[in-house]
Amino acid sequence: MTQFPLLSALIWLPILSGLLVLMMRHQPNLAKQFALWSSVLVFILSLGLYTGFDNTTAQMQFVEQASWISAFNIQYFLGVDGLSMPLIILTTFTTVLAVWSAFDCIKERVEQYMAAFLMMNGIMIGVFSALDAILFYVFWEVLLIPMFLVIGQWGGQRRVYATIKFFLYTFFGSVFMLIAFLYMYSQIGSFSLLDFQAMPLGFTAQILIFLAFLIAFAVKIPMFPVHTWLPDAHVEAPTAGSVVLAAIMLKMGGYGFVRFSLPMTPDAANELDWLVISLSIIAIVYISVIAMVQKDMKKLVAYSSIAHMGFVTLGMFLLYGILRNTGEVQGAILGLEGAMIQMISHGLISAAMFLAIGVMYDRMHTRDISAYGGVVNTMPVFAVFVLLFAMANAGLPGTSGFVGEFMVILAAFKSNFWIALAAATTLILGAAYTLWMVKRVIFGDVVNHHVAELSDLNRREFAIMSILAVVVVALGFYPAPVMDIMHASVAHLVEQAMTSKLP
Amino acid sequence: MHAIFLTILLSPLVGAIGAGVFGRWLGRTGSHRITIASVAVSAALSAYVFYLYVFAGAESYNATIYTWMISDGIRFEAGFLVDRLTATMMLVVTFVSLMVHINTIGYMEHEEGYERFFSYISLFTFSMLSLVMANNFLQLFFGWEAVGLVSYLLIGFYFKRESANQASLKAFLVNRVGDFGFLLGIALVVGYFGTLDYAEFFDGLAAHAGTSVMFGDTAIHMLTLMTMLLFVGAMGKSAQMPLHVWLPESMEGPTPISALIHAATMVTAGIFMVARLSPAYELAEGTLTFILLTGAFTALLMGLLGIVQTDIKRVVAYSTLSQLGYMVAALGVSAYAAGMFHVLTHAFFKALLFLAAGSVIIAMHHDQDIRNMGGLAKKMPITYAALLIGSLALIGFPGFSGFYSKDGILMAISEADSVAAQLAFVMLLVGVFVTAFYSFRMFFIVFHGKESDYVRTHDIHESPWVVTLPLIALAIPAVFFGGLFVEPILFGDMFADAITVAPEHNVLAKVAEHGTSALDMLLHGLMALPTWLALAGVALAWFLYIKRPELAPVLAQRFAGVHATLRHAYGFDRFNDIVFVQGTRRIGEFCSRVTDSKMIDGWVVNGTANAIAFLAAKGRYAQTGYLYHYAFVMIFSLMGLLAWALW
Repeated sequence: MTQFPLLSALIWLPILSGLLVLMMRHQPNLAKQFALWSSVLVFILSLGLYTGFDNTTAQMQFVEQASWISAFNIQYFLGVDGLSMPLIILTTFTTVLAVWSAFDCIKERVEQYMAAFLMMNGIMIGVFSALDAILFYVFWEVLLIPMFLVIGQWGGQRRVYATIKFFLYTFFGSVFMLIAFLYMYSQIGSFSLLDFQAMPLGFTAQILIFLAFLIAFAVKIPMFPVHTWLPDAHVEAPTAGSVVLAAIMLKMGGYGFVRFSLPMTPDAANELDWLVISLSIIAIVYISVIAMVQKDMKKLVAYSSIAHMGFVTLGMFLLYGILRNTGEVQGAILGLEGAMIQMISHGLISAAMFLAIGVMYDRMHTRDISAYGGVVNTMPVFAVFVLLFAMANAGLPGTSGFVGEFMVILAAFKSNFWIALAAATTLILGAAYTLWMVKRVIFGDVVNHHVAELSDLNRREFAIMSILAVVVVALGFYPAPVMDIMHASVAHLVEQAMTSKLP
Repeated sequence: MHAIFLTILLSPLVGAIGAGVFGRWLGRTGSHRITIASVAVSAALSAYVFYLYVFAGAESYNATIYTWMISDGIRFEAGFLVDRLTATMMLVVTFVSLMVHINTIGYMEHEEGYERFFSYISLFTFSMLSLVMANNFLQLFFGWEAVGLVSYLLIGFYFKRESANQASLKAFLVNRVGDFGFLLGIALVVGYFGTLDYAEFFDGLAAHAGTSVMFGDTAIHMLTLMTMLLFVGAMGKSAQMPLHVWLPESMEGPTPISALIHAATMVTAGIFMVARLSPAYELAEGTLTFILLTGAFTALLMGLLGIVQTDIKRVVAYSTLSQLGYMVAALGVSAYAAGMFHVLTHAFFKALLFLAAGSVIIAMHHDQDIRNMGGLAKKMPITYAALLIGSLALIGFPGFSGFYSKDGILMAISEADSVAAQLAFVMLLVGVFVTAFYSFRMFFIVFHGKESDYVRTHDIHESPWVVTLPLIALAIPAVFFGGLFVEPILFGDMFADAITVAPEHNVLAKVAEHGTSALDMLLHGLMALPTWLALAGVALAWFLYIKRPELAPVLAQRFAGVHATLRHAYGFDRFNDIVFVQGTRRIGEFCSRVTDSKMIDGWVVNGTANAIAFLAAKGRYAQTGYLYHYAFVMIFSLMGLLAWALW
């Protein structure tokens, strides 16, 4: 193949520039500028995936394949389809904003901080494009290290507790995934995900593999009851860390379901879909109620993330219920595409929310809701953005937050009225916790002299917020371009998930 | 036509963005110029469209603007459906909006956030237009939520006031409760009809007339469930009990928007939606009865609350609630045209009443308590006349717009022969008396009552022309619109292309037997009970507040229990606060502290960590480092192993 190895470039360019930045000790400004422009370059490069993408096929594209550890038939095997490509662009896009957002608030070891984000960028792209299980696993686990360092080094008061919790929790989950990989390898002698998807598997094996995957992905997403690491990690993480965590790392779990669980163990997914659906509903209802009473803004948004990810997992596992209930698959695609767009949208909105909290934290050094009140008086421009993102978080039509939730609720009805009803409570609960926070933080009269002394957004902050606002609104008014990327791949996925793999 | 419709829709959006984003550079005058110009363009073109549809007989227009997305074979689109119903709503929305824009120049003259305000009301106009012009459920829902958003922003316009922030949050959340039902209703539409498009939905209705939804072994008529869920949305937006609680508090917003949003346009969206979807509602008898009773109860019970209000805007707000009840009740007997007719007349006279009340408030330097007013008749003659005209229209005084529309509703309900309809008819008749009483109670106290100290000591004068001009412009349709349009709307085919009524439900046809012209109705109305009840209400108000003002407090004391019940608005707010607000918060606290922190985190997560730490701490003792310990253990183990092997 003579094609330019775009995916490799997207993975290794950020990692190499990260290494380069590491060397810019004592030159924080150079490190910042270099990090920013290299992440912009990577973003522009990643647009090549979009322009060169063929919407009409579910085949893997931009494929690169080479032997890596031939003794075990482990390959350096990369490729993207309609499920992973949007997530890669989301990754490169978010990284630019994350890097840029850290320009003022990080004062110590700037070059290391920047390097961590550049490397994470490459590693995350690796996760989304790896088509070899071991390669995937390596990216998946290696990603923990820079994030561990970011929270542990630049985090808040209880960062040690949070990082250990974060690390052990996610590490615990992924070990099961590795065992599942090894089992499947032992059966067919290949680590290729495409081979995994094609191989027949007995029912018991499928159930066990499905559960192993579920543990790994449920921790990552995170789903109830393995979600408690997320609020702690977010609270302690610096702003950019939270942004990457919420916008991309959580999506890796959702991606896992569509790349592994559904196509590799369809019979088990059919058998155990009630489990995922129940946990998703708990995430939507129970977690939303918890979000309501949080006193820390970041915790509130963290819980809101879990609730929104509940829509992702719900949308992904509706298809079997729809088939059972209506006898046809009409609606399955709706649910899955809803889940996918929900991931993109949540990536943007949660990033925006965490950035907004970061803007306030940089000025006030507190995230307590009770320390705020009347911010609109001193930061009117900022308040407009917060309101927009809050409304997007509450799923207002015209913002990207609406699209996925709407589609998933429509699809949920096809499966079961009560599931749709439970999911639709987000309309009330999501608005309640988000807008109640906005009311207490943004509106009202100025409550103390700290708020009175706040200065409105500077140019850099304004630019970051504007970019996100434009994308959130654009997707809300015209989601078709993103949808068009996914159609073929999602249709293919539904076919895989509906085809029994029992030998 | 497409270009014209697009201009009507988008022009206010341009104005909103102009004033909102560039308001800082445009300044106050620039901002109001750009928004007023943009809405004026919409209004003028809407008038042209109205002419084309209503007088020149243009064909119903149904077309896609753009495809939002396609998923799973379902087209999600934005599109126009313009027929005579839409054209009429477009005209009313843009006209009232234009009047409110102009009025705002005066009302907000000395207020902060002037540009922001103009931006909001233009944005509202865009949202409302996209709601009424929609040809599909997606755009309907977009408009539905967008007007909710602007309403939220405007109720909370004075964001420094805690009460305003509370009210705006409440309005949004209560509306979201309605939208919760609305969205599920749309899910049913998509689930059974596989489309969001109105026309395709209507085409599929016949095939689904008998479809049931199974809940376990119970079968529920699908269309009844669907229409009921959609109506829950209408209950939120059109403030029907028990989702009415947000509307009185929405008066925290500036008065011009109370006129535009919380009286003339947004709150009637629910009625418009039911009328638009009349083909579906016609097939759901159960829902219609529910709608009828909901409307009747709201009309009477909310009207009663108007009697005890002391805030001038709250009186008008409760009268809006009550009038919305009349409109909804009309829908319940399939008299969709009568409901819509009242929407239209009400838009004019209620906007007039609100703007007149706003004029009074300006004169009173933003004091809204009617007990501080009195004797304002001579000081502000135009406002006085406007409020009088609005009130007469509201109580259905013969000849005024409100008379025709309200009488249409009452006659339609009297022709429906069910027990529910009879009950509703009685409640609505009592409501007529109540309406007249509270309206003229306010009118007499404000204009003819004894001058308060405040009025005596302050310079109170008529408002500037930007305030009074819209009053005059709205007073004209408040008087004449009803008489001019009663025949085509109620008995003619004005809305025939939009509204479907099953022959056996057609009560308006029976009403038509009493004569169909405005004059017939006028003559009939003069003899009928409602007119006399209304006059009795006015007379009682005059007696209690002008003739014998000392009696009112005595009566309040005598019926203290009733008075307190009314003052507390039947305790809805208290109930909601205790059960829903505090209840949810308590559950949240419990889940957060107990299940999440203590059980999952405390027992499982940290428990595991502690257990490992504990085992490690104990296990450490095994590694003592003394050679004889290891040797000892080795020898014993070896002996044990040998013993086991030899056994």
